Amino acid sequence: MTTAADILTSESYGNPYALSHLDALEAEAVHIFREVAGEFERPVILFSGGKDSIVMLHLALKAFWPAQVPFALLHVDTGHNFPEVLEYRDRTVAEHGLRLHVAKVQDFIDDGRLRERPDGLRNPLQTVPLLDGIETGRFDAVFGGGRRDEEKARAKERVFSLRDEFGAWDPRRQRPELWSLYNGRHSPGEHVRVFPLSNWTELDVWQYIERENIELPAIYYAHEREVFQRNGMWLTAGGWGGPKAGETVERRLVRYRTVGDMSCTGAVDSDATTVADVVTEVAASRLTERGATRADDKVSEAAMEDRKREGYF
Amino acid sequence: MSTELHHSTPALETGSATALLRFATAGSVDDGKSTLVGRLLHDSKSILTDQLEAVTTASQNRGQDTPDLALLTDGLRAEREQGITIDVAYRYFATARRRFILADTPGHVQYTRNMVTGASTAELAVVLVDARNGVVQQTRRHAAVAALLRVPHVVLAVNKMDLVDYAEPVFAAIAEEFNAYAASLGVPDVTAIPISALAGDNVVEPSAHMDWYGGPTLLEHLETVPVGSDPSDEPARFPVQYVIRPQSAEHLDYRGYAGQLASGVLRAGDPVTVLPSGLTTTVAGIDVLGKQTDIAWAPQSVTVRLTDDIDVSRGDLIAAGPAPEPTQDVLATVSHLHERPLRVGDRVLLKHTTRTVRAIVKQLPYRIDIDSLDRVPDPEALQVNDIGQVVLRTAEPLALDRYAVNRQTGSFLLIDQADGTTLTAGMVGEAF
Repeated sequence: MTTAADILTSESYGNPYALSHLDALEAEAVHIFREVAGEFERPVILFSGGKDSIVMLHLALKAFWPAQVPFALLHVDTGHNFPEVLEYRDRTVAEHGLRLHVAKVQDFIDDGRLRERPDGLRNPLQTVPLLDGIETGRFDAVFGGGRRDEEKARAKERVFSLRDEFGAWDPRRQRPELWSLYNGRHSPGEHVRVFPLSNWTELDVWQYIERENIELPAIYYAHEREVFQRNGMWLTAGGWGGPKAGETVERRLVRYRTVGDMSCTGAVDSDATTVADVVTEVAASRLTERGATRADDKVSEAAMEDRKREGYF
Repeated sequence: MSTELHHSTPALETGSATALLRFATAGSVDDGKSTLVGRLLHDSKSILTDQLEAVTTASQNRGQDTPDLALLTDGLRAEREQGITIDVAYRYFATARRRFILADTPGHVQYTRNMVTGASTAELAVVLVDARNGVVQQTRRHAAVAALLRVPHVVLAVNKMDLVDYAEPVFAAIAEEFNAYAASLGVPDVTAIPISALAGDNVVEPSAHMDWYGGPTLLEHLETVPVGSDPSDEPARFPVQYVIRPQSAEHLDYRGYAGQLASGVLRAGDPVTVLPSGLTTTVAGIDVLGKQTDIAWAPQSVTVRLTDDIDVSRGDLIAAGPAPEPTQDVLATVSHLHERPLRVGDRVLLKHTTRTVRAIVKQLPYRIDIDSLDRVPDPEALQVNDIGQVVLRTAEPLALDRYAVNRQTGSFLLIDQADGTTLTAGMVGEAF
């Protein structure tokens, strides 16, 4: 088996045209953004302020430089977001002169279209506001940061994923995708979800963040935080529903590997304070990103598949 | 399958020349494909603790006492219930030397279209055979698909060597038969490797049982096989995706053509032809995602600026070197992908690079029997999973290269005009 000492392969020499894996992945993602710009009327980028959506936006900015990104942003706000992330979102939108649409879960609960779950989880409630936001905005292409390495049901996801008027994903209706020819045709009412990071892994994303010097919300790096344990994860204490009786709050040095909703995103013990530290930690991790940190995917063997079918990512 | 985890260190040096290799596997579950893929993922630290736990739990729930690695790779509920793989799945792993994208394709006869899909982006195909059975009908089919899709490198992985006492003559006979068949198809590069995916021989670790084999393990070969072609040997092809016109005070006169180089090298000062119009001009400069440069090569995504203010838009091809003659008559080998058959007279959309045009199916000269490679003349229609030759007439001219010389500018899709379904994958020119 090779070790890091073996890195200097023949490819470092002799072929001036060799592209690194990050360059190859970047070129592919940029190609995908430009295809959508060329073929769709109203594309939108799902932007949560999480690292994958931040990398997506960075790639879009590069793809259309020196012109503006020709897409709006859409954020489905569960109402349980980390304040650091919302602050980052608003600052980024202002900095690049982007248009942001926000679909709020709370609005749907307030007017009775959604009901709060007994377990307080709001991630599963995102589907309805997301589809409503897509319909209201008349968006025909929706960029998501999903990666095929995240979960088994995603291993078969297409780069261009057709959704019907209910946002549903039918694995049998997905079109074969060959070469780099993406088929974006759809009927009125249907839309296409597009995943420019399909072929990236968590480590690729972090290496790219390091290489491009991309700023992230501070919670991705190790910091002291009041947390309590639930379902084997460190959750942040807060008004969304924790800690409950029997759950003890303690102060720990943690960071977030994924950033979603406060109620379902767990922190991990970490002393990685810089992007280089995080790259090293991710490379050595024995747990997948979601396995370590996401309560909502653990529900059943087919949980993700079911949620994709109903229009979630 | 042992559950002992093998540790390796992925390449941590950002910007180091870790290349990306896309490869495909073809073979049925019976050949031990799931075990092989599982072994590659497992021994390269790509199966992590929680994934292995999930598989172990699911296996126990099914009354199996060892982790069933097929569960790791078979994602959808329908497949798990039927115990089959019904689609292409993409898997990711890395070693210190390389990043890998594996298109894992099912090997059953009715899933030719999935193999074609997986092979379309692959630079290498692993064809798996059972050492006890040798080269069978399915092996020949897999070799034919790899040849048809012009996959540059083919690996013959002779699996289950442990069940034939690791006998060299068994391996040698299979390798010889396969090489002869692959050569007849025009496959440029075949490497045969004797392995046991179950015991781990020559997958990641060299085999202690096969001293007679002096070559690399499968993983070593994947890590060292040349990635990509040499773009300086190819004429430049640049399909225009999008026109960038900021019209801001700072970039008042900026007009750039955004796209991904399909082949070749472009330099500032190069004379180029814009197709299909045939107008000629010169490359003024190139921007690579925000940085000015004077050279770019495939497969970089760049923005090209031209010296003359000529009419260029999405769907045009900027070409240097010998340029293709735009045509409305297309002769191609196709793989039909959809249950809806393809017939003479069908009106479809044809998507080639960034250009989509209307087209009519004029003739279906023959279907190719993928098992015998015989040509069956004048088929009534092409059915799903059929491979055959098609003659098309397009509403507008296309700048096509032969697929044999350019996999990007020689490939196209046929799309249903009514509902947008992808019907057919096309490759310009003769099959083999």
